[in-house]
Amino acid sequence: MNETEMGYMGVVIAVLGGAIRVGTPFLFVSLGECLTEKSGRINLGLEGNLIMGAMSGYGVAYLSGSAWLGVLVAGIAGMLLGLIHGLLCQQPRVNDIAVGIAMMLFGTGLAFYLGKAFIQPVAPRLPALALGSWSDSSVLRAALDINVLFIVGLILAPAMAWFFRNAKWGLIVRTVGESRDAALAMGLNVNRVRLYATMAGGFLAGVGGSFLSLYYPGSWNEGLSSGQGLMAVALVIFARWNPIYCLYASLVFGGAAALGPALQSVGITGGYYLFNAAPYVLTLAVMILTSSSKQRFAGMPGELSNR
Amino acid sequence: MSKDKINLSRRNLLKGITAAGAASVMGGFGMSTAWAAPKSVNMGFIYVGPRDDYGYNQSHFEGKSAVAKLDWVKAFDEENVPETIEVVKTMESMINLNGAQVLFPTSFGYFDPFILKTAAKYPQVMFLHCGGLWDASKHPKNVGSYFGYIDEPVYLSGVIAGHMSKTGKLGYIAAIPIPQVLRNINSFTLGARSVNPKITTHVVFTGGWSNPVKEAEAANSMADQGIDVLTCHVDSPKVVVQTAEKRGIMCCGYHTDQSVLAPKGFLTGAEWNWSKVYSDYAEMIKTGKTIPNLVRGGLKEGIVKSSPYGKVVTAKAKVHADKIRKQFMDGSMVVYKGPLKDNTGKIVIPAGKQHTQTDIALESMNWLVEGVIGTTKS
Repeated sequence: MNETEMGYMGVVIAVLGGAIRVGTPFLFVSLGECLTEKSGRINLGLEGNLIMGAMSGYGVAYLSGSAWLGVLVAGIAGMLLGLIHGLLCQQPRVNDIAVGIAMMLFGTGLAFYLGKAFIQPVAPRLPALALGSWSDSSVLRAALDINVLFIVGLILAPAMAWFFRNAKWGLIVRTVGESRDAALAMGLNVNRVRLYATMAGGFLAGVGGSFLSLYYPGSWNEGLSSGQGLMAVALVIFARWNPIYCLYASLVFGGAAALGPALQSVGITGGYYLFNAAPYVLTLAVMILTSSSKQRFAGMPGELSNR
Repeated sequence: MSKDKINLSRRNLLKGITAAGAASVMGGFGMSTAWAAPKSVNMGFIYVGPRDDYGYNQSHFEGKSAVAKLDWVKAFDEENVPETIEVVKTMESMINLNGAQVLFPTSFGYFDPFILKTAAKYPQVMFLHCGGLWDASKHPKNVGSYFGYIDEPVYLSGVIAGHMSKTGKLGYIAAIPIPQVLRNINSFTLGARSVNPKITTHVVFTGGWSNPVKEAEAANSMADQGIDVLTCHVDSPKVVVQTAEKRGIMCCGYHTDQSVLAPKGFLTGAEWNWSKVYSDYAEMIKTGKTIPNLVRGGLKEGIVKSSPYGKVVTAKAKVHADKIRKQFMDGSMVVYKGPLKDNTGKIVIPAGKQHTQTDIALESMNWLVEGVIGTTKS
């Protein structure tokens, strides 16, 4: 294969590489949302966590010189936003959707406000594992530069599935999410479980944000997230509240986002708005094909549907 | 204006009084009336994005900072103002609270309807819009537009890229196919092909002015395709320039100087020089001169410039580009002259015909020149 003429093979590689590069933030946010929703609460505010995580991670990485410290702080920032969401939602007659929207605006606004000073500076980036070093092709090497965070997400998805199925804590989260009454009868503190689940979910979303600012595209600016956080929340429904499916869905969405630019760069230049809309068309199609007016989605936590 | 006495709202009353006041002071001539020299010149600047984005908004902020240094100028600005009714609120508060005499709403989408409507309401204030949209036959006299022929330094970037590219494939990451964007892509390509007629420019339209993830994906795909010089026309070139550097390919900047972001692969770039434009406007207002409705200029007028050459640029490339720069400066350089074909093979400028920079025909460009791989259709 000619090094300079990847042609259509290049599109395939770009989509595979894009699935990993663009899909990682989706993966973290959707896993976080999956955990929160399994406990019976919806946190629509994860877009705010994502942006706040991106900003704080970038800022801390720049100030401290350590990208990993940035990731940690991004997670903590997301966790704090989750804490606020959780505390607000456990007040009587508070709607979690409304709080989520408020938190999204709050997180975004706060990140823009605090992030002013970090638009210009260049922070250290997260390192990548050069899994493609065996290859002579610079194209393949670039596509196989895989960030550690993706690997973490790759392990986290089955781990979370196992957690829900087998671990005591996982069962508690599911019980609380499935039926408040059953959980109360078992003597579980419903609010506390949901608070922790929201905080843990917020942490993951914050880490997802740090991937955006510290690895790919790898800089902080106010247009950084073009709604990835919101998309990821929708992904959870798409993935039927199953962490493994969250992984697949994130990869599909990442790959679909890479399709438009990749096709244009090989000279297929028409209809790029259509290609850019591919992920959304896909979502709509799956939702329509699998919806039913008679029963709730399989896997949907019971507490989400009876309100 | 106030014949229907009873249902006069306070707003309309104020509007009427202001308009009448302005009309009596200015004799109804709008901008063409000379200003009584004011004590200080109050200038308001509005940006669609952040002030320090390494891009379009920063270029205007640098211009604002330059006039703000003059002690007889009061300059104020607001960033992140969307192209919605928000900008009307910002303009009105700058007029009513800061006493702005002249406003510079810099983003393309502010013009219609927001500037046009507000300008009709405040005839004593000048609204100078960055872009080429003002039309004497349609638009109010207190509106004007100013723009630079940035495709001149873009052409020079193309010349440098043409010398430096080894694969003969250049990449252009652009937001949306509007005439200004297409003109830059064409000038870049013509510049490169003046060096090597076999060169092609691949275009990716991202569909939006600020979409970092798509820009990074586009840059990566282009690097995968063997493209070895990238440039872009988006709000902030930071992501494109950084991604090119990471992939070990070369790049040309846009809007401002991005050389620090890509110490290895940065070649040169096309920059705005708004400080010159804004200082000139301030001077005109101070001395009471007539403000022209249209201000245009290129390298010769100092409205645009090139970024300093990067380390890798060869001496031969520099000499060639500097020679063409001289021709731009003395006005002998014409980029768009026939015969010129577009990339579908159609002749867009017939032999013997030429369009000089100021030619208004160039401002409705809707084609891509031969050698560009891309289409203007979405």
